[in-house]
Amino acid sequence: MKPGLKRSNAPIFWSLFGAGGMLSALFGPALVFITGIAVPFGFILPADAMSYPKMLAFAQNFIGKGFILAVIALFLWFAAHRIFHSLHEVGIHAGVGAKLICYGSAFVATVISVVVLLGLGF
Amino acid sequence: MSKRRPYVRPMEGWWKKNPYFVEYMIHESTALFVAGYAFVLLVGLVRLGQGEAAWNGWLEALSSPFSLIIHLLFLVAILYHTYTWFKIMPITMPPIIVGGKKVGPGVITGSGLLAALGASLVMFALVFWLGG
Repeated sequence: MKPGLKRSNAPIFWSLFGAGGMLSALFGPALVFITGIAVPFGFILPADAMSYPKMLAFAQNFIGKGFILAVIALFLWFAAHRIFHSLHEVGIHAGVGAKLICYGSAFVATVISVVVLLGLGF
Repeated sequence: MSKRRPYVRPMEGWWKKNPYFVEYMIHESTALFVAGYAFVLLVGLVRLGQGEAAWNGWLEALSSPFSLIIHLLFLVAILYHTYTWFKIMPITMPPIIVGGKKVGPGVITGSGLLAALGASLVMFALVFWLGG
């Protein structure tokens, strides 16, 4: 790399976007159906599948923790990136403020998720 | 400051004139629904961390008619995201060469949709057998 050239941070955001887009494309529809429709209304799937002891055990499990964090954080990093880049299309000048709001909320949500997941123990 | 006010071409509704751009705006806006769903899950995770009463409150909110409508909207929008994500994938990913030939766009889109179907079935099976 030539001296004085700043390495772009774009690949980081783009990777998070790609990972989140892929994860939400693979798991998103079924997850919405399970957590928002089937289980709360006892439709097809068992109604107590999301009871407190079961969800606590899931969130204390190493794989469960990873899955919850990946879904919440990557979904939001994906959405933040896509919404940020769509602002221009609807005539909003996307400056530093817009960037802070979009990526900042994804970052805050990621930190909250990590703190809660660690707090729940293993 | 000069008093000149240069002409700025208005951007209002530019995408409505071309069906290709209408579709583009619709599939881009599915990100809002992905974000909305992720926020619902984030609230759920925070409530889980606050204990059993808080978690049960979140569960009760999920079984309201309003929540059902919101989740049906999430479902439709995110299903469309799945479809468009894999539809566009042949353009967004680097070409894959198998046996000296480039893998066709239909194969890439089809494999992606099949993978999504497989992932969904695995999750249903896990919830059915482990959650019952």
